[in-house]
Amino acid sequence: MDCVVMGGNVKVLAKAIHSLSRIGDELYVEPQEDGLALRSVNSSRSAYACFLFAPLFFSRYTVHSGHTFRCKMAIKSVQAVFRSLASLEKTVEKCHIELDNQNNRLTFTLHCKHGLMKTHNLSFQDSESLQAVFDKDSYANVFRSHPRLLVDTVMHFPPSLEEVTVSVSDERMWVRNHVEEEGDQSKAMLTELCLASDEFDHFAVQAHNSVTFCLKELRGLLVFAESTGLPMSMYFDEPGSPVVLSVTDSVLEGNFVLATLSDDSNHRKKNNSRGAHTPPPPDDFMNDDIDSYLIAMDTSVAPGPSATGPPTPQLADSICSKQTAAASHRTRLHSEEEEEDKTTDSGRPLNKKFCSLFFGSVLPPSPQMSTQPVSSQQVLASDSEDDIQ
Amino acid sequence: MPLSTQSQGDAEQYVLVASLDNARNLSNILKAITFKDHAIFSATPNGLKVTVEDSKCLQANAFIQAEIFQEFTIRDDSVGFQVNLTVLLDCLNIFGGSTVPGVSTALRMCYKGYGYPLTLFLEEGGVVTVCKINTQEPEEPVDFEFCSTNVTNKVILLSESLKEAFSELDMTSEVLQITMSPSQPYFRLSTFGNSGNAHYDYPKDSDMMELFRCTKTQTNRYKMSLLKPSTKALALSCKVSVRTDSRGFLSLQYLVRNDDGQICFVEYFCCPDEEEQ
Repeated sequence: MDCVVMGGNVKVLAKAIHSLSRIGDELYVEPQEDGLALRSVNSSRSAYACFLFAPLFFSRYTVHSGHTFRCKMAIKSVQAVFRSLASLEKTVEKCHIELDNQNNRLTFTLHCKHGLMKTHNLSFQDSESLQAVFDKDSYANVFRSHPRLLVDTVMHFPPSLEEVTVSVSDERMWVRNHVEEEGDQSKAMLTELCLASDEFDHFAVQAHNSVTFCLKELRGLLVFAESTGLPMSMYFDEPGSPVVLSVTDSVLEGNFVLATLSDDSNHRKKNNSRGAHTPPPPDDFMNDDIDSYLIAMDTSVAPGPSATGPPTPQLADSICSKQTAAASHRTRLHSEEEEEDKTTDSGRPLNKKFCSLFFGSVLPPSPQMSTQPVSSQQVLASDSEDDIQ
Repeated sequence: MPLSTQSQGDAEQYVLVASLDNARNLSNILKAITFKDHAIFSATPNGLKVTVEDSKCLQANAFIQAEIFQEFTIRDDSVGFQVNLTVLLDCLNIFGGSTVPGVSTALRMCYKGYGYPLTLFLEEGGVVTVCKINTQEPEEPVDFEFCSTNVTNKVILLSESLKEAFSELDMTSEVLQITMSPSQPYFRLSTFGNSGNAHYDYPKDSDMMELFRCTKTQTNRYKMSLLKPSTKALALSCKVSVRTDSRGFLSLQYLVRNDDGQICFVEYFCCPDEEEQ
């Protein structure tokens, strides 16, 4: 591969890389015919991000046809090339990325002002293709807004906050922090923001769902979107299905795919004490009825389509929902690890687990997969040749 | 000024008296060479030279000419002593080192000779502090035998461009390799770290390159840990001269302007890690 990025686009590329570093430790580089794909995934495979830079983003873009080149490298090494964003803007005139086949290095050359040239020859590892399978266009709920709206919303939550729940009705979106049921409720601080549909450029709700996902991993995209000023789109479906946030312009597309807490209807049926789910609080936010408000807060998932419903079509939704405790072990996020102690009763499924995103094609199956008994699963083992995006 | 009333009476007993209206003109430049606790002070009628060494492989010198001082009186041809540099800097900044414009700490540094402590009179806003710092027998600084006649390659760069490069250097690399050549790549800094290698090339016709005088291609490696302290001097400086001699020894000379715009010099000498021609 051989490509050249000019002027202001160098900073955009650098920002994309910095935002990918918020997801995972490794950068997957795949030059494709339709552009350069930079991807990252977190260790529990519950967050995935991909930036695709179209050939027009570059002043020169050459991909060797025939043998496809794919590699991964420590993202810190690539960040070191673009260390200071401020100086990038002031001093870098162009950035040349080239594969040095002979020495097995990926060479980044920054041509700077005053004739200064910085060359970084980075080592890499060959890797399989990393592609999460999702189809955001089929999702029930679609929103688009200036990133400022989401940045301002997220600002109200502490940086340490892990999970956030987004609920929608026809005219409103609620964003609140997700609090563990088992935790000490009296010490928890609950924050909820309500956004009206007219604050968005596009607000289309087909299903009144609530999804809970990890906020931390999203912040990287927010920083990127805010600095580039590109409108952000959000897509989600039922709980368990991933939430997708994306930024698009004519020459680049960024997608952040985050797993959401699954809707455990089996558990709900067994445990009557959890009660019926109440709908999101009514429009009148000045409702003084604290009790009903707290009951609404207590439920971690809003009504959505039942998880044991008919399997969704292969192409549209290929995210798996693990219904059994055994299989849920491998889908746990690091932050949920303390819950392992609670799953002593193997018959009782955990009441919360993040689903692992389904990755298409050639990633080797996780070792645990084969040893776990699997039942009533919606895993859709798509054909390894599928290249769904 | 309270400090000056003392000078008539006891001028006889001091072998060295140096006064500054602004102690920062001394403390700032000393910060550029503080990588070890002890410094060798050597005063001659020309001025003050402060030397700090590291394992006989690295030597830093700060030169403050007599003209910089408001008063510089020396009784012998040469006066030398060794003090704890960290303690000295703490004393020079005893009034907190705030940078309120118009407010500065005045300094009067006095030394009675061998066996006596270094006495500092510091004044700010009418408050006077007297510090006495114990001195030691000055060690003989290493003579790197770096003479200008033996210099094979020399460049002078504007510090601005080097500052950026040094701040980005891959610290996982154990060495910093410097290549100087009359042909490409002219002047190159290279690192070899965990993720791969990196090169910073400065062409000879760059407007950052004030002087380019390279006679033969030389590549030398220096321990990164030894050169790291020099970034402090680089941060203060506006120009730096990089010279290597036939043995591969490195001399970095930094031109530093103090608060009053006067020029001082800081110089670093470093032995090569291994010789590569």
